Amino acid sequence: MVPRTPRRSLVAIGAGGIALSLALAGCSAGDSGSEDGKTNLTFLVDNGEATVATAEALAEAFTAENPDISIEVETRPQGADGDNVVKTRLATGEMDDIFQYNSGSLMQALSPDETLVNLGDEAYVDKFDENFVESVSTDNGMYGVPMGQSMAGAVLYNKDIYAELGLEIPTTWDEFIANSEAIKAAGTAAPIVQTYGDTWTSQLFVLGDFNNVLAENPDWAEEYTNNEAKYVDEPALAGFEHLQEAFEKGLFNEDFASATYPDGVSMVATGAGAQYPMLTFAAGQLMTTNPEAADVVGTFPLPGPDAATNGLTVWMPTTTVFIPKSTEGDKLDAAKKFAEFLTTPESCDIQSETTAPQGPFVIDGCDLPEDVPAMVSDMQAYFDEGKTNLALEFLSPIKGPALEQITVAVGSGITSAADGAAQYDEDVKKQAQQLGLEGW
Amino acid sequence: MTTATAAGRTTTSPGAIAPPGPARRRPMRSPYPTWFFIPAGVFYVVLFLVPTIASFYFSLTRWTLFDVEFIGFDNFVRFFQEPQLVQGFINTFIYAFLTSGLKVVLGLLLGVFLSSQIIGRGFLRATVFFPVLVSTIGVGILFQVLMDPFGGPINEALAAVGITGPGWLTDPSLALISVALVDVWKGVGLATLIFIAGMVAIPQEYFEAAKVDGAGAWNSFRHITLPLLRPATVTVVLLSLIGGLRSFDLIWTMTGGGPGFTSDVLASVVYKQYQAGFFGLSTAGNVVLFVVVAAIIYPLSWWLNRKEDER
Repeated sequence: MVPRTPRRSLVAIGAGGIALSLALAGCSAGDSGSEDGKTNLTFLVDNGEATVATAEALAEAFTAENPDISIEVETRPQGADGDNVVKTRLATGEMDDIFQYNSGSLMQALSPDETLVNLGDEAYVDKFDENFVESVSTDNGMYGVPMGQSMAGAVLYNKDIYAELGLEIPTTWDEFIANSEAIKAAGTAAPIVQTYGDTWTSQLFVLGDFNNVLAENPDWAEEYTNNEAKYVDEPALAGFEHLQEAFEKGLFNEDFASATYPDGVSMVATGAGAQYPMLTFAAGQLMTTNPEAADVVGTFPLPGPDAATNGLTVWMPTTTVFIPKSTEGDKLDAAKKFAEFLTTPESCDIQSETTAPQGPFVIDGCDLPEDVPAMVSDMQAYFDEGKTNLALEFLSPIKGPALEQITVAVGSGITSAADGAAQYDEDVKKQAQQLGLEGW
Repeated sequence: MTTATAAGRTTTSPGAIAPPGPARRRPMRSPYPTWFFIPAGVFYVVLFLVPTIASFYFSLTRWTLFDVEFIGFDNFVRFFQEPQLVQGFINTFIYAFLTSGLKVVLGLLLGVFLSSQIIGRGFLRATVFFPVLVSTIGVGILFQVLMDPFGGPINEALAAVGITGPGWLTDPSLALISVALVDVWKGVGLATLIFIAGMVAIPQEYFEAAKVDGAGAWNSFRHITLPLLRPATVTVVLLSLIGGLRSFDLIWTMTGGGPGFTSDVLASVVYKQYQAGFFGLSTAGNVVLFVVVAAIIYPLSWWLNRKEDER
């Protein structure tokens, strides 16, 4: 408690982070990797129930096939705290032998050319969906292997409530609001579920609206990367405006400020809430906590101004597996073998068995099982008709880190849509400068 | 040895006006050899001086952990353009002065109460001090549950007596205050302890003399306890103000700076920049925080201590 403590707090955080990573990597740091002829790998994944279950099932199946390699699954927090762990460990060379992280802009922030092993020359890359390859590539290489499926940022809705009130799936924003008002008038369920206890869930109104942005301006993502298109202007502003409108019309659940993501999924499943803008990876959560509602919760895209361009905003697998450059020798060979294993149909089957699929696979030869939750099968029609667009984070390397706080502020009525969008543009500018992009 | 002591005696004995030279030089004559300080010195330089100086450099760079680009004062310009920063600044001061003030007032009252002759004094002292020993993160998570607006025990209890409790941590105008109150609950034990220690050091003769002169409890407190507690008060004010200005852990676990940015303080803004990978920017923020804390604490400390000397 001397006046220098502010400095110390950073040192403490840094030292704490290093100490933590040393402690967590301890079991792997000690061994040389091949005592008793066995290669021991550690695999760092986020602590989401579904991710851990999938990773452990895959590791087990892989070890059964390759008895000379063992894989130990370790966990890290999700969200920004997790980003922190990953970045710090990569920078200090303390990263696990294999790790799971997001594709798209979050991966770009890891300086992949310097920290990750290039897998671009592996034979299995040809089997990957082109969009996926793009989402894990830089100009110099291709770095990730998918562990999971693509998914959509859309509205999860309770089909029973829709049937009871005789509502149609909305294809424009006005219809969506009309439906919501009807649900509010019926009085049994919260029309729109928001869960700001987990701040990241607040971003869907903005991120999930991107299909509608592209519908109006197909070059928006490129212009945005080049510092030309902004969120304060239409069409991108619409996402913020929708959030503000929904709040002002009182369409949210009463406890929106403190509810958490699992609460939100349960609300839609049990009918306490009618509609929940969310990523379809919620299928995993749904099947864990409310498996009886597998056929009750459906999906429709976040609607925009035009019914003709109504379509899904699609995310590439967010659980993507990377190998850091700090993995070398026998361990690197073993890690590459594991990466290859992930691309086999066998691995895909294990993935759909352990956790409910959240959307189509991005690997050729991998198919979804017949009995997927309605949330996922509802998406197929949009994929079949080609009514999909990639989310912005896969088309541009820039994603501002403060979006979740800004959307919470707009959704809680603290900030107006226009101010929120302007704040986000500033936030984006910082990220672009940090990435060293031209023209910022 | 003998000459040294002799010299010492001759210099000190002749005058009430002690020559300043030897008096100042004396602390230099340490009983320990210089190499004795080297291990501690090395730790201090490596773990504190080097990072401190390095951080001043990194605050002038755009730093990705992988490479460093020197950009002059851009980080500071950007930091002060942060839309949340002004709010964060104001919140930092509200938080620091609120917690510091309450800790002094409550700590003093509890200190007086717990140094009087009451039943179960030891137990009560332990109870008041106990929260200080608990992990801040644990306290934060505990109170997050207690203060949940729906089904949280605090609001349930209020509902039982017919009061609709507010959204302690979700109401934008209340979140910061709620966290500050928890901080006071957790920190007041330490303030109380310092006040008790200060009170025990006051000789009983003063109180006896005052009693003989006919002073009541209030006069004894006002004219004996309070003035003689000054050193303790100064310590509590400085410690709690510094703690409040750089406070982070409790705010982060309870609200994460939210809802939105309404309970952000300087330290949480800095941490969020760091989390986002803006290492240069967050280092610049920490330099700002350092300067702000120093600019408040040094003059305050000087002022409080000077008053003490003048008495």
